[in-house]
Amino acid sequence: MASLNVLIVVCLLYVALLFAVAFMAERAALMGQGGWLRSPVVYTLSLSIYCTAWTFYGAVGYAARSGLEYLTIYIGPTLVMVGWWWGLRKLVRIGRTQRITSVADLISSRYGKSNTLAVFVTALAVIGTTPYIALQLQSVTLSFASFASADPNSSVPADSRSTALWVAVGLALFTILFGTRNLDANERHHGVVMAIALEAVVKLFALLAVGVFVVWGVGGGIGETLARIDTSEIGEWQMNGGRWAGLTMLSAAAFLTLPRMFQVLVVENEDEQHLRTASWAFPTYLMLMSLFVVPIAVVGLEVLPAGSNPDQFVLTVPLSQGQDKLAMLSFLGGFSSATSMVIVAAIALSTMVSNHVVMPIWLRLAGGGAAMAGDVRHVVLVARRVSIAVILVLGYLYYRVSGGGTALAAIGLVSFAGVAQFLPALMGGIFWRGATRVGALAGLSMGFVIWCYSLLLPSFGEGILMSEALMTQGPWGIAWLRPQALFGISGMDPLVHAVLWSLLLNTSAFILGSLASFPHPLERLQGAQFVNVFDHSGNPQSWSGGIAQSEDLMIMAQRMMGAAQAQALFQAEAARQGLGGYLPEPTPEFLQRLERELSGSVGAATAHAMVSQIMGAATVSVEDLLAVADETAQMMEYSSQLEAKSAELTRTAGQLREANEKLTQLSVQKDAFLSQISHELRTPMTSIRAFSEILRDAPDLSAQELSKYASIIHDEALRLTRLLDDLLDLSVLESGQVSLNMRDGVLSGVIDHAVAAAGVEGAGLIIRRDRLRENVPLHTDLDRLAQVFINLIANAQKYCDAPVPVLSIEVSRRGDDLVVDFVDNGTGIPSQAQALVFEKFSRVSDGQAGGAGLGLAICREIMMRLGGAITYLPGQGGAAFRLSLPARVALAAQ
Amino acid sequence: MGKHVLVIEDEPNIIEAISFILMRDGWTVDTHSNGHDALDAVAARAPDLVILDVMLPGRSGYDILTDLRAAPETRDLPVLMLTARGQAKDRELAERLGASRFMTKPFSNAEVLDALRALVPS
Repeated sequence: MASLNVLIVVCLLYVALLFAVAFMAERAALMGQGGWLRSPVVYTLSLSIYCTAWTFYGAVGYAARSGLEYLTIYIGPTLVMVGWWWGLRKLVRIGRTQRITSVADLISSRYGKSNTLAVFVTALAVIGTTPYIALQLQSVTLSFASFASADPNSSVPADSRSTALWVAVGLALFTILFGTRNLDANERHHGVVMAIALEAVVKLFALLAVGVFVVWGVGGGIGETLARIDTSEIGEWQMNGGRWAGLTMLSAAAFLTLPRMFQVLVVENEDEQHLRTASWAFPTYLMLMSLFVVPIAVVGLEVLPAGSNPDQFVLTVPLSQGQDKLAMLSFLGGFSSATSMVIVAAIALSTMVSNHVVMPIWLRLAGGGAAMAGDVRHVVLVARRVSIAVILVLGYLYYRVSGGGTALAAIGLVSFAGVAQFLPALMGGIFWRGATRVGALAGLSMGFVIWCYSLLLPSFGEGILMSEALMTQGPWGIAWLRPQALFGISGMDPLVHAVLWSLLLNTSAFILGSLASFPHPLERLQGAQFVNVFDHSGNPQSWSGGIAQSEDLMIMAQRMMGAAQAQALFQAEAARQGLGGYLPEPTPEFLQRLERELSGSVGAATAHAMVSQIMGAATVSVEDLLAVADETAQMMEYSSQLEAKSAELTRTAGQLREANEKLTQLSVQKDAFLSQISHELRTPMTSIRAFSEILRDAPDLSAQELSKYASIIHDEALRLTRLLDDLLDLSVLESGQVSLNMRDGVLSGVIDHAVAAAGVEGAGLIIRRDRLRENVPLHTDLDRLAQVFINLIANAQKYCDAPVPVLSIEVSRRGDDLVVDFVDNGTGIPSQAQALVFEKFSRVSDGQAGGAGLGLAICREIMMRLGGAITYLPGQGGAAFRLSLPARVALAAQ
Repeated sequence: MGKHVLVIEDEPNIIEAISFILMRDGWTVDTHSNGHDALDAVAARAPDLVILDVMLPGRSGYDILTDLRAAPETRDLPVLMLTARGQAKDRELAERLGASRFMTKPFSNAEVLDALRALVPS
């Protein structure tokens, strides 16, 4: 008879083997020898976690109770693998390119990285998976119990509770050890995958062994067994078409959306090509798993006493036939099924919980400063480990609370229906660009509520969580809200009813919500990348790392920064890394530096996106990026050209405006000048004409009158001549065409000449001079200088209004300049007129003094030509003019 | 006694010439040589006609004309404007401000007399 102690030893040895396999696989992967780990066979075997203890033991029980209906659980995944492998490929591609870590991550990532969605999906997954984990614990416990009851040496029946607890603790340890060993970005767990692959082999081998034994050892061969099947009740089960279709669809949906399935299908996938193998190998595996289910059920019903639990036939049939070793193998098969499911489910759920619940909360609490790499890594690991423990504790508690009764049997399908609610958001997300976050949230909430109300809560049994009255009459007596007859449709199978309504309303809410809302930019971007993942990403296998990435980076950088700068940057980095040429290893430091450099031309966000696109297996193709880069470069060039042109235009416009203003000013000045000249010429001519007409027309003029009028004509003619002389002189001076007659002389001599020429002697103006100081040798145009002096003396003569007019001529040295001041004792020039005295035709006094107002203008021009200056000197009592001549004029003669 | 004319002009030789011509023609001639108090002079002398130079020291002939035309007593007083700035726009401005006659220097003595006789018929 089977010994419970032997079983425990075998069990522990088996667990030790799993540890060893997982450990070796991890080591091999770590040392880069993991090529055999990435075989499609391992991938296919890892998918077998779909077959849990519920399938291993339960399928027989299912068949014993409901005939061939158990097949639907296998048909769903088979249809997906065979008929929809291209959809799976898309899912896998998205998973790789977007670095998806879980089904929650995929959905949240697709809908604009919404953490609300992620939390929601995580919660739903935990709620849906916890009973399932409890189911595994129960099956292990039951199988222990079966052994215990068959063991005559064990007088005390095994305590099922402590068994479940020990199993839970053991699984938690294993999962924590191998599930949170490394924190790889891809979340791949070589050790775990290898262990579950081994378990897949064990459970298939165990089931086949039991099947062979049953058919040939008990049933008496194939023909006999078929005959037995025909006569049994199972052969007569009516197929319920609706339930078949519903269950098939449900299992297909669950195959895609179960967190553990997503983990092995997408996250742990090493190579898209593995799907090709899995698409036929996995259905084959399922077929083998289901091959002997009916014979075992039929034989079990025959050979075991009535009332035996058909869920344990796989174990109890060999036991009843005294096949202890076969029973032990069968037990290991069931144990493998249960443990592999729990391990992967715990890993998948803990990833979701830590990534979408714990980390966001921790980051918020810890603040921005805590985002140190080491810190976060540690926190993530702790969060994962605690999550795994909590998930297993939840499973254990559920098992304890639910009492391990038969209610658990239905839990598998309830779980399926729960996670199937992800399907609309998932499928819509990868095939429909119009799907939005609002739609996904609406659909998920709707599906979740209906699932809870019509399936989960009633599944605990009438009167436990939902009262009998509510079940039969609906809440508040509203019949169409009865949980299992929503909208008045009664008589349906409760499961099909719940699946139908939850998915229908889920999908409707999802579509309506998506149509009614407008996606954020990030959502639209993600949507496009998900839906068009094949357009954007090359085959990840053809993509080689290292230098090839560097080359892509360099091509991009050249277009963004210009060839020379990019080449210099890459060359410098390569040299720094001790490499020749232009292609350094794309180390994180270098990437950061490159990003900083690029952000100068495209902005930090774009630079980051571009670099990470190239480094992150390209969700946007390199060609696309280069097109963007080209565009940017062209735009930059174009805009800089425009800028240059615009600046040039502004400059030209400014010049034109200036020129125009100058011309306008000149035109105004010219008009004013002509008007002035006209006035200055016409005034003397008026006198001349008037008096000459008088002389001509009046014969009776006295000699005195004749003489007077002739003098006037004569004076005015001279005035005209003077005016013309001045005008010509000024014109020559202003045009710069004056030729200076440079000679040596002495200042005093020049002043002497000027005083004499101005005709001052005896004219009433007293001139004060200091001849000693005037003894300054000069080298300049002496005539022109004298002309200035004459003008100033004449002005004093004309305008000085003192009773005894005195003009002082003072010579001094200021720095290197020779300074000559002409100061009279009159009232001087009013301050507001001082600025104007040097302008043409400006007359300060009202009094008529005969000048045309050109004298000082000529003086200013002459002084300028001589290299000196003339200024009005205010505050001297009378009118005061200061002449200054540069030192070289004065010193040249010395 | 002939008609009374006030000559407002700053150039002494021109004043002398105009005075000589007019007096020989039988006019009574008064002269004034700046712009400041030209209006006062007009009010004080109450002439039958004014000969007004444009470029006067102190105040422009145009301003004086504007004031003359604004005051009721002198609104219809004949004014002959003389200017040495012989541009078309000066003539236009003078006519717009209400000058009875506008002549450019240098003028013909006969023309001035004809113009005066036309403005003040004896």
